Amino acid sequence: MPNTILIALILLLPLAGFLINGIFGRKYIGKLAGILSTLLLLASFIICLYTAYGYFYQFGMVDGIYQKIVPFEWNWLSFANGLVLKMGFLLDPLSAMMLLVVSFVSLMVHIYSLSYMKGEERFATYYAFLGLFSFSMLGLVLSSNIFQIYFFWELVGVSSYLLIGFYYDRPSAVMACKKAFIVTRFADFGFLIGILVLSYYTGSLDFQTILERLSSPESSETGMALQASFLGISALSWGLILVFIGGAGKSALFPLHIWLPDAMEGPTPVSALIHAATMVVAGVFLVARLFPVYAISGPGVLESVAWVGVISALIAALIACTQTDIKRVLAYSTMSQIGYMIFALGVSGYGGGNNGDIGLGYTASLFHLFTHALFKALLFLGAGVVIHYVHSNEIRDMGGLKKKLPVTHICFLIACLAIAGVPPFSGFFSKEEILYAAWLHEPAIFFIGLISSGITAFYMFRLYFGIFHSRTYKGHETANHAEGGPAILIPLVLLAIGAATAGFIPFGHFVSSDGKPLDMPFHLRFSLAPVLLGLTGILLAGWLYASGSDRPEKIRLALGGFYRLLYRKFYIDEIYLFVTRKFLFNIIGRAAAWTDKNVVDGLVDLLGAATRGLSVLLRGMQSGKVQQYALYFLGGALALAFLFIYVWK
Amino acid sequence: MKDFLLLMKPELQLTLILFLLVFVKLGRGIKNDLLLQLIQVLLLFNFVLGFFLNRNGHLFGDLYQSTSLFIFEKNILNLSAYLVSLVCADWLRKSQNLPEFFLLMVSSMLGMFLMISSGNLLIFYLSLELSSIPVAAMVNFDLLKRKSSEAAMKLILSSAFSSGVLLFGISLLYGSTGTISFSEIPARLNGNTLQVLAFILIFCAFAFKLSIVPFHLWTADVYEGAPIAATSFLSVASKGAFAFVFMGFLYKTFLPLGDIWYGMLVLLTLCTLLIGNLFALRQQNIKRFLAFSSIAQVGFILLGVSGGAPLGSPSVVYFILIYVFSNLAAFGVASVISEQTGKENIDDYNGLYKTNPFLSWVLTLALFSLAGIPPTAGFFGKLFLITAGASKGNYGFILTGALNLVISLYYYLRIVRAIFFEKNDVTPLKNIHVSVSVRFGLIICSGGVLLTGLFSWIYDYIQSLH
Repeated sequence: MPNTILIALILLLPLAGFLINGIFGRKYIGKLAGILSTLLLLASFIICLYTAYGYFYQFGMVDGIYQKIVPFEWNWLSFANGLVLKMGFLLDPLSAMMLLVVSFVSLMVHIYSLSYMKGEERFATYYAFLGLFSFSMLGLVLSSNIFQIYFFWELVGVSSYLLIGFYYDRPSAVMACKKAFIVTRFADFGFLIGILVLSYYTGSLDFQTILERLSSPESSETGMALQASFLGISALSWGLILVFIGGAGKSALFPLHIWLPDAMEGPTPVSALIHAATMVVAGVFLVARLFPVYAISGPGVLESVAWVGVISALIAALIACTQTDIKRVLAYSTMSQIGYMIFALGVSGYGGGNNGDIGLGYTASLFHLFTHALFKALLFLGAGVVIHYVHSNEIRDMGGLKKKLPVTHICFLIACLAIAGVPPFSGFFSKEEILYAAWLHEPAIFFIGLISSGITAFYMFRLYFGIFHSRTYKGHETANHAEGGPAILIPLVLLAIGAATAGFIPFGHFVSSDGKPLDMPFHLRFSLAPVLLGLTGILLAGWLYASGSDRPEKIRLALGGFYRLLYRKFYIDEIYLFVTRKFLFNIIGRAAAWTDKNVVDGLVDLLGAATRGLSVLLRGMQSGKVQQYALYFLGGALALAFLFIYVWK
Repeated sequence: MKDFLLLMKPELQLTLILFLLVFVKLGRGIKNDLLLQLIQVLLLFNFVLGFFLNRNGHLFGDLYQSTSLFIFEKNILNLSAYLVSLVCADWLRKSQNLPEFFLLMVSSMLGMFLMISSGNLLIFYLSLELSSIPVAAMVNFDLLKRKSSEAAMKLILSSAFSSGVLLFGISLLYGSTGTISFSEIPARLNGNTLQVLAFILIFCAFAFKLSIVPFHLWTADVYEGAPIAATSFLSVASKGAFAFVFMGFLYKTFLPLGDIWYGMLVLLTLCTLLIGNLFALRQQNIKRFLAFSSIAQVGFILLGVSGGAPLGSPSVVYFILIYVFSNLAAFGVASVISEQTGKENIDDYNGLYKTNPFLSWVLTLALFSLAGIPPTAGFFGKLFLITAGASKGNYGFILTGALNLVISLYYYLRIVRAIFFEKNDVTPLKNIHVSVSVRFGLIICSGGVLLTGLFSWIYDYIQSLH
């Protein structure tokens, strides 16, 4: 059996890092803060490794099925009967896998930051925040009940808010972290209501119980939740949709993705950690956690999930082709890849043999989550080196860096090949499975996914050629040419090895929708189309961008309006602005609190005459005259008396 | 005699402090610093002693009642008095008439204690006045400031008005039921118009004390004009005491009129949340801002109260405990800053983090708790209030309440933003020296904000009292 204390240590070590660095860091620890946090996280990673190993090879499997194990649970707050908030750990293939991903990437980022953030004035604070984030993310994946997930979910939100806004003296960073916080808060509101709905119908917050009670069509809870309906949609579906909205906010799915590109204002290692490998896949994790309920009791919801995913994948890929800030390209590519994971879940059936579906999409999705974490973290860390070297985020300031940054170049190339789906790199395998699962379920989704994968190869290699080839690098000839010390290079190389080889892991043997090991089919003929399309994308990118010709410019002019549409990201930000300013504020008036002070101030001009009248009335109410106050008092008393004596009866 | 001593121990403790303070005042000659420390120690003793040697029962017929719940409620008030004496120490130390301030404060608390324990309408009314009139004098304590006197004048006039209404209600109730004893009233309530009218009038008096819209108008002016020590006391202790008594009224005395008061609560909760939020959005002065935000907080308390006895009462008591910590932390920081720099505008807080990291963190925590962001205690408080309210099954109402929670997030975060994210053209406030007792008080408050939610036995304990 798993050792509870060890599992608790996984969480407590990063938390200790946060507390120590947060309280004493700036004054007493200073430069040692990084080493301290890194060591703590290393220990935590080793325990994760040990736990996952133990789970997969020793105690996890009983009768050929991976069990859900709750080694520890504590009744934390008991609020009336039936509503008991618990804190506990849940070990199953999903959480064991996520433990590895989160702790590994976090460790890499810790090491990388030792050098990357050196000399930063708030070095210790930075590491404190990293510790807080790792703690919350690990807590999230270990959660044994849906309320605990919400708790850590919010903590993750807060710590990412702190990290994005780390450079708090930059106005853009401030705007970005606020935007991220507000958009995800709104989604979280949906999540909370979803939780309440689900727990109301199951009478429990535990995952085990919820899954049990809601994933068999015969159970009375499922029947009740399906019968109750609101606006023609059953309560169960509402619950699932609302929970998915929460996930979509964190995972930056269309149309709640607007915060992700702006969040790139944070330090680059933070983007690698939060916006590539861990926090943004929380939505995928959440849907996977509740997957049996989605698959068995809410197939309609799952269908919409699939469409949201595939639309995100396509839109983000298209936008990524036109962006010139390399971190933004990576941000959109993240959004697109998460779209893949989500639609893979959406097209999956629950294993166990109904309709011959073996839950391929589920495994494929998490497989992609796994490989994506490796290569996307690598891309971000590589981009960090490049940005550090040229002091700019713009592609046009780069080019020809192949010779200057040899190690980074190779690592970046590996990551690009992996994300483009070129065999034998890891992304090839996982994407293959996703597309195959989509093909079995719904050809339309498959084709959109296929096209997006071609576009992915194109924009990634646009980035690659733009950074490392295209022309000879002119600036900074006298600058320090070193790529950075071992602290920078070790994580890059480790991640590159992972990104190159992770595809050969028989992933289905570990993670599957029903706990039974799954042999993932591999179809050579089927994989031809995606690979060829990917290679075409790469060649096209090479033809356009490798030599630094003026072809891209011509194409840009030829595309005209369409290019502008993409460049402006489908005007989605503008649409949000329009909707919020023109509609929302007209309707809920000043109470619409989530936007900027300026909007609230400017509101007076926008409001209709009725609202203006109200505001005059309200201002008049607070006049400062005590006799008037008494009048209102009396008026209130009389109104109440009238209402409740005459009208009420 | 022993019964009397034990049952009335909380009140007797306060009376003893009152006598001590009078002697101190007569003696003169003691420096303010020493005196303040002495008072702080006394209040601390008073708070700690509140946990021991308690007994349940009633005295003088049923004039005075004591239960474990009442004792816990009194302890919360004791705690808030102690914290006020800590976090507002800077202002208190400079005051010319330090003993008087505490004389007034302790008298007012004595009134609140008696009100909580009162067993009939008469003693209730008397203790209500005892708790209110000293507060008006406290509000007037900045003797040289015109605003302070104006605020006191407004408070006393509106209080008088509300007392008039209350008395009218009480006499109608007495006329129609023939009794003033709380235990006898429920059986004699039959819901006729006269009784309903009497109830509504009494309800309005409570609404006034609790700053429920539209009876709230005095709040902002008084909060702004009063010295910040008085404002903080008023905003936590007075609100808390009246909320406790209010629940007793609704859940026991007026239980037969449950349908009516539920309807009234729903209506007034919505008004209070909406108006409180709307006004808090626009405030520039931090004290006025806190005043309106506290109105919105009262809205949430009402939402919990509407849930009825078994769920509503523990969640409200729990919330008020958390509210004491969060609000006093916020007021404490505002008090230090206003005392040392004279700045009370939210704009003045721009870039505060750069110069005053300690104060910034305390204020941030407090605001997070008031906004109900996990993992601060405020989140749990709000969660339980909303769950309690939801137990009646009126989901549209609860949803509106919950939406207001999201709205309130905006204005609390506005201050957090001002603190942490400076603008280039603004120079932040100077580094402020925070004295030991203020620092201590703020640390206690922050600890409370962080831990009350996480220590589940606190809630379990409150629930076990019911």
